[in-house]
Amino acid sequence: MAEIEFREAIRDALAEELERDERVVVFGEDVAAAGGVFVTTPGLFEKFGPERVFDTPISELALAGAAFGSAVCGLRPVIEIMFGDFLPLVMDSLVNQASKYFYISNEQASVPLVVRSAVGAGGRFGAIHSQSPVTWFQAVPGLKLVAPSTPSDAKALLKGAIRDDNPVLFLEHKRLYSLKEEVIGHGSEVIGLGSAAVRREGSDVTLVSVMKGVHDCLAAAELLASDGIDAEVIDLRTLRPLDRGAIAESLSKTNRLAAVEEGPRTGGWAGEVLAVAAEESLDDVDDLWRITTPEHPIPYSPTLEDAFLPGAEAIAASVRARLGVAAGRS
Amino acid sequence: MTRAQAAKPSAVPDREEALELYRRMLIIRRFEDTVQDLFLKGQVHGTTHLYSGQEAVAVGVCSVLAENDRVAGTYRGHGHALALGVEPQGLLDELLGRATGVCGGRAGSMNVIDLEHRLIGCFGIVGGSIAAATGAALALKREGGVAVAFFGDGATNQGYFHECLNFARVFRLPAVYVCENNLYGEFTPYEQVTAGEIRARAETLDISSQTIDGNDVFGVQAAAREAVDRARAGEGPCFIEALTYRYVGHSRSDPGRYRKPGELDEWRARDPLIRAREAIGDTAEVDRAVEAQIAQVIENALAAPFPSPDPDAREFKDG
Ligand SMILES: Cc1ncc(C[n+]2csc(CCOP(=O)(O)OP(=O)(O)O)c2C)c(N)n1
Ligand SMILES: [Mg+2]
Repeated sequence: MAEIEFREAIRDALAEELERDERVVVFGEDVAAAGGVFVTTPGLFEKFGPERVFDTPISELALAGAAFGSAVCGLRPVIEIMFGDFLPLVMDSLVNQASKYFYISNEQASVPLVVRSAVGAGGRFGAIHSQSPVTWFQAVPGLKLVAPSTPSDAKALLKGAIRDDNPVLFLEHKRLYSLKEEVIGHGSEVIGLGSAAVRREGSDVTLVSVMKGVHDCLAAAELLASDGIDAEVIDLRTLRPLDRGAIAESLSKTNRLAAVEEGPRTGGWAGEVLAVAAEESLDDVDDLWRITTPEHPIPYSPTLEDAFLPGAEAIAASVRARLGVAAGRS
Repeated sequence: MTRAQAAKPSAVPDREEALELYRRMLIIRRFEDTVQDLFLKGQVHGTTHLYSGQEAVAVGVCSVLAENDRVAGTYRGHGHALALGVEPQGLLDELLGRATGVCGGRAGSMNVIDLEHRLIGCFGIVGGSIAAATGAALALKREGGVAVAFFGDGATNQGYFHECLNFARVFRLPAVYVCENNLYGEFTPYEQVTAGEIRARAETLDISSQTIDGNDVFGVQAAAREAVDRARAGEGPCFIEALTYRYVGHSRSDPGRYRKPGELDEWRARDPLIRAREAIGDTAEVDRAVEAQIAQVIENALAAPFPSPDPDAREFKDG
């Protein structure tokens, strides 16, 4: 099977679900005729027509409200919110309506909607086009949060998200869109939400991340290998629900865990991972810590943004420091 | 566009003032040319949204503002900033991510803030400028100031537009809402996503409204003067729809394939700079001066330092 880009994996998942289930509709700003500002939806409008794939006004409140109401009444909408930074505008429908509905209606109807949104820094887009706003949504029961790191996973998880019967926020890291990979299993897989993947096995320390952070952790693991440190890398893939078992299992081997988050430390999801680790695995734990961004908005200037983000070098340096190992030991 | 063409030719101010308006528009045009060029060379990062073609709107409106007035611009905000007198040097330095930028390199192209020059901000959220200016008007009402919001046709489909205009009208806030209708929101023609007439949305809220030729700087100035004077006099908010056109893509990555055939040429024939020059006559001296000024700004900017990534040097206050 040929290699495909992350953005193509997204498009393929949408195309296959549009094909499979006529209740699926895709709408958002410039997703139809233009094929999406991140080129994730080209060809869908041409193939499925304006009833199934359409451009909306720049009206996020209406977009999210329409997704909610239509999901309650029989459609399975997938909407695109161009940048994750714009998600506060959809929060009311998503948080106060869609995520509560299944429960408070006493399960009369589910709300099968997906909100796709591009997140992440590193592109010099500044403070209001670069955030990864996971934790604004993490405390919302009834909402699932997906954050894939590879094209295969993006495809299988998006299909899983569309087939999920209640609201899913599906985050796509901008720096991954051009990442290429051979999509395994003929690409027809569907991954149910809530399971992590071990990306690299190791015995000395566990690095936990999502999206681009997984790749940074894998690169850090290579750097650490040359210092004689054997790191395990876990890709959570879904941030709500968290795969608590995967965290506990890894800790039972490594006894040390760092959660690497592209976001501020205060109130971040990394703190949730550490809480789970402490709750489930206290006897196994020698060390738990977080590697995050500083407590200020994302800066624009390249020198500042690069220093702001926890890249492979910073992760490796943090692990060495915590383990008391000097660089280049072996 | 037909509505705009039908507009009456406007009164031209005296030569000195007309030249000043022209000079400001030319600074914006040359500045944006420079940004485009540096972008292609990889010196300006991320994305930029250029104002080329729309210069008359910002320059005409800002020319009538007083010292205690405030402006909220958009991510397409270099023109809003320069029209207010923000230094081209500080602005270009900001776009290049330099320590000498108006926001020290922290903000970048989409989010420029320069309070000294009355710019409360450029807002990256579509409709954000409308909200900010509404709040500014609430504060400025006490001291006789006026707040101006610039925003696009697309922003009139945001909740912010409807809620804020109603809010401003109810409280008679001294706000002037300037919609720059450049026919597109990103790649989508505005008629395709906009029900009814944009101006009618303001009129239905009982807000004094006008649709004007946004490529005629003198006409914009006259319309803005009327609106700002009304707002300052306590008569409540005003709305201006300025018909204009952007020459380059929406942002960096847009080749503008959605344009209708001949549309760009048609609008270039109505270029705000050409039209001002026709009214003014000889502009050679200003042309030369702006050319030299921008050349110097580029040279300085490329030599300016980046902010230090050293954690001690990039100390920040926790609000
Ligand atoms: C809330 C929000 N939604 C979407 C965007 C992405 N976006 C940036 S500019 C733009 C088009 C805006 O069109 P318009 O208001 O006509 O202004 P113009 O860019 O034409 O000046 C869009 C959709 C955004 N920045 N903010
Ligand atoms: Mg527009």
